[in-house]
Amino acid sequence: MSQLVYLVPMFPLIGFLINGLGRNVLPKPLVGIIGSAALLASFVVSLLIFNEVRTPGFSAVTVNLFDFIHVGKLNVPFAFQVDQLSVLFLLIITGVGFLIHVYSTSYMHDESPSSYARYFAYLNLFVFSMLLLVLGSNYVIMFIGWEGVGLCSYLLIGFWFKNADYNYAARKAFVMNRIGDLAFLIGIFWIFAQFGSVNYADVFSQARPGASAHVLTGITLLLFIGATGKSAQIPLYTWLPDAMAGPTPVSALIHAATMVTAGIYMIARSNVLYSLAPATQGVIAVIGLCTAILAASIAIQQNDIKKVLAYSTVSQLGYMFLGLGVGAYTGAVFHVMTHAFFKALLFLGAGSVIHAMGGEQDIRKMGGLRKFMPVTSITFLIGCLAIAGIFPFAGFFSKDEILSRAYAHNPVLYVIGILGALMTAFYMFRLYSLTFAGKFRGTHDQEHHLHESPAAITIPLIVLAVLSVVGGWVGIPEFMAPNAHVLSKFLEPVFANSHVAAPPGEIAASTEWALTIGSLVLIIGFCTWGYMKFKNFTLAEVKESTGLAKILENKWYVDELYDAIIVKPINWIAGFLNNVVEKLGIDGLVNGVGKLVQYGSRQIRLLQSGQVGIYVLLMVIGIVVLFVLQLFFPNLI
Amino acid sequence: MLALLLILIPVATGLATFFLKQGNAAKLFSLLSSLATLGISIGAAICTDKSAKSFQAPFLTNLGSSFSLSLDGMGTILVLLTGISLVLVFISTYKNTYKDPSRYYALMLLSQAGLMGVFLATDGLLFYFFWELALIPVYFLCSGWGGERRIAVTFKFFIYTFIGSLLMLVGLIYLYVLNPGQSFSLTSLYAMKLSPDQQSVLFWLFFVAFAIKMPIWPLHTWQPDTYEQSPTSVTMILSGVMVKMGLLGVIRWVLPIFPYAVHEYGHVVIGLSVVGMIYASLVAMKQDDLKRMIAYSSIAHIGLMCAAVFSVSELGLQGVLVQLFNHGVNIIGLWIVVDAIEQKLGTRKMSELGGLAITAPSLAILLVIMSLANVALPLTNAFIGEFLMFNGLYQFSAWYMAVAGLSIILGAVYTLRMVQKVIYGDTNSLTKTMTDLSLNQKLILAGITVLIILYGVNPQPLFKMTMDTVHTVAQHI
Repeated sequence: MSQLVYLVPMFPLIGFLINGLGRNVLPKPLVGIIGSAALLASFVVSLLIFNEVRTPGFSAVTVNLFDFIHVGKLNVPFAFQVDQLSVLFLLIITGVGFLIHVYSTSYMHDESPSSYARYFAYLNLFVFSMLLLVLGSNYVIMFIGWEGVGLCSYLLIGFWFKNADYNYAARKAFVMNRIGDLAFLIGIFWIFAQFGSVNYADVFSQARPGASAHVLTGITLLLFIGATGKSAQIPLYTWLPDAMAGPTPVSALIHAATMVTAGIYMIARSNVLYSLAPATQGVIAVIGLCTAILAASIAIQQNDIKKVLAYSTVSQLGYMFLGLGVGAYTGAVFHVMTHAFFKALLFLGAGSVIHAMGGEQDIRKMGGLRKFMPVTSITFLIGCLAIAGIFPFAGFFSKDEILSRAYAHNPVLYVIGILGALMTAFYMFRLYSLTFAGKFRGTHDQEHHLHESPAAITIPLIVLAVLSVVGGWVGIPEFMAPNAHVLSKFLEPVFANSHVAAPPGEIAASTEWALTIGSLVLIIGFCTWGYMKFKNFTLAEVKESTGLAKILENKWYVDELYDAIIVKPINWIAGFLNNVVEKLGIDGLVNGVGKLVQYGSRQIRLLQSGQVGIYVLLMVIGIVVLFVLQLFFPNLI
Repeated sequence: MLALLLILIPVATGLATFFLKQGNAAKLFSLLSSLATLGISIGAAICTDKSAKSFQAPFLTNLGSSFSLSLDGMGTILVLLTGISLVLVFISTYKNTYKDPSRYYALMLLSQAGLMGVFLATDGLLFYFFWELALIPVYFLCSGWGGERRIAVTFKFFIYTFIGSLLMLVGLIYLYVLNPGQSFSLTSLYAMKLSPDQQSVLFWLFFVAFAIKMPIWPLHTWQPDTYEQSPTSVTMILSGVMVKMGLLGVIRWVLPIFPYAVHEYGHVVIGLSVVGMIYASLVAMKQDDLKRMIAYSSIAHIGLMCAAVFSVSELGLQGVLVQLFNHGVNIIGLWIVVDAIEQKLGTRKMSELGGLAITAPSLAILLVIMSLANVALPLTNAFIGEFLMFNGLYQFSAWYMAVAGLSIILGAVYTLRMVQKVIYGDTNSLTKTMTDLSLNQKLILAGITVLIILYGVNPQPLFKMTMDTVHTVAQHI
């Protein structure tokens, strides 16, 4: 079955082609069916492959399709690799992706047929790119998918292209991603120069501790910079919150199933290299933690339902990087999975709310929606509980695994990590409270219009809610139940070498119990605080924020900072080159030479006076010049 | 014989076109001629018979020159590009009307003949002869059919290229004098043993000539003006095919003959190329005229190609050879879109456009595809070349590559800015009147799209075609 893995990306590609080329003729229901069916087919094939991979003793399979670039020593086959890691991502991408497609058939219903088809074509292309990214058996194929998801996010963020702001957001996403892509590209060249190959199998088998430590540090750092672009970490995270300009299901796709998890995948895939580069791991842990805290602090003061969720994604990704940095690869991948469930759920829930509110996204103008939208409300609550990390919801297990590994690494990381978790609990329940609890604060018209969403929207919500509850049970920690961590056993072959190179630290079970229960109590406390504080919120309380609140509301002014120190100077230099150097400098020089020639020729014309004496003189000068040349540069002639 | 036909067909039909009285007849006749030439070039690309791909006849024998043509891998891919380009140009502009059509089409065909000669000639003097033959019709086309400032701009173009040609002529004569075999033939030049000093002087004489043609910063200022002022069909030929004359010149007439100088001055040339890439990318960000923006973008792309040539690595050189073709096809695609907009709306200013995705969806989609190829997105043909060229440059020096790599980011900035200003946003009073592409334009751009994807996914045939040139250079350097 794993030999047929090419079918997985092929279905979305076909879906893209049919919907893209037939956008003017296909009726809307058919477009939705084609788009969703492509994903369903991929999901089914992925399940079959998963069934094969999970049998004990399965070893990674490489499926060679054709020679992509074969020049001299560089051989890049277009090949897919099927192993535990890639198949897990396949399931997440196609499974969650399928639900998002189904949801979209209803959510995008107001679009014209051709733009409806365009939407589904882009969506399928997005999934196709992501599948290439995780399936590739070498860094170049990964890079193809890597840039491909960048393109698709660009197309989808700017989907409503009449709006100039959305277009800017789309461009920002693409350009910021490209900054990371450049680092990734240099990393690939370095890998090729060092190992003579870009295939995972060749590279990882040659990576050894010792002599090449600084090279590995360089390579892994470059790859990590690439990951900060795609996975929205400091300093390249500012595109992700703006990316919510796209339709809401697209946000779900970007934040949950595709795109932002790419960076995590890349590092988990290269875990052998990272385990041999502890310096890089330190950087990753610190950057991840800082991002988690920074984004969580911003989320506290955001009033746009999607912005809160966007910053929560940035923050959760920070946790995943913290996990990668402390060598908890399984934990990071585990969190990718649970996060995919609850973040897709939350975004789709937000979409359902926005739909009911007639496009309103400001949570201060919502409230009391529980009454009108029971399914959305309950599933959203489950999502909040999961992301806050309440036992026994999915987020609890994955987050706990990362944090306890961080504790083993360094208790300071743990304490700061918990701080971020508390903020998460607070802002998520602030969000829930403002949206669903209390009294409705919108206009009368809106209230009249409020309704629960149709089945195509609620069913994916219910499925994701179930997954957000049970999704964590595949990773029950050792101290709770021995040998119950199914996921860890499943992924062991992928991370085995790293666990040998850098064995994970051990913590006593009693400490783990204490930490877990202590943190749970705190988190529940913060959830309640966030909920109660905003339960009876009224619009009268809205006032100009000051001090820290204002700074947080303005996202620490990071966008303004980037504008001032990067965008503006580059624009100024470009303007200077265009208006001054290009016009006066170089062109002026050339035109000056032209004028000189004209002037000179007028003067030289006078030399042709017919006086033989002058001719002889010039001839003598010429001979002297040749003579001198011959004297000083005897080899020339 | 195939080699000779490639020159003979455009020369003969070009001369005949001068005498065609009817404009439409000239149009149709030249289209047929270009199709015939394309057929021959495809034949030459497929043909494995070596003797059919070369031709030799006596020519100025006293001077040690002969009329010798031969097709190696680089020649083949450029001949193919030239063949395709003229067809693309003629079909996509088939509905345009040009004043004095028989002269216009005749000059286009003569220019094609010159280009074919440049790519085929294996004799120095012959190469020089065709070099001029390719350029002279362009002077006339630009000054006769160009925009408002055409005379001044053509003059600048002429001065620039003329200085370059003169330097090359001096270099050729000097080389001839030094050649014990008293010959201009390429094989005898390859066999020469030149001293470092001689190589240094000769290197700069030839390189400056080729650098002007490419163009390499800071010798580029003729180019944006010329691209802007020339009729778009001529710009297509200039940017798609003619700039490749300079690169071919370096790869065939500089690298193998002056290996010492190439190593000695490689740093300087690559430095200039990299500076030019960043410089041109930054300036492109500030352009409002579509043609000028694409012109600067092209300077950046050519800069990378030149830098990769001088990295003298196998990967870099192979990347350049496929990019010679791919860059030509892609940039012609962009020009076709620009031409369609200008013909319909009478403007090329981005600030006056916007919302074309609403009124001309096909144009919008195709512009996006051409733009993605312009930023070398993976699975477009340009990615293959850029990946190899940057890799080659990395092998030469990681730092040069890192700086040059900034153009990847800047390229996205200016290209997406252009896309946004032209097709996104809402329509204005002008762009409301826009209509979508005509059938011939759609067909041509669809064809280019097929090439973009085909060679982006499966570049291997292009590598096979051009591999021998890489080996030839590797032997001499």
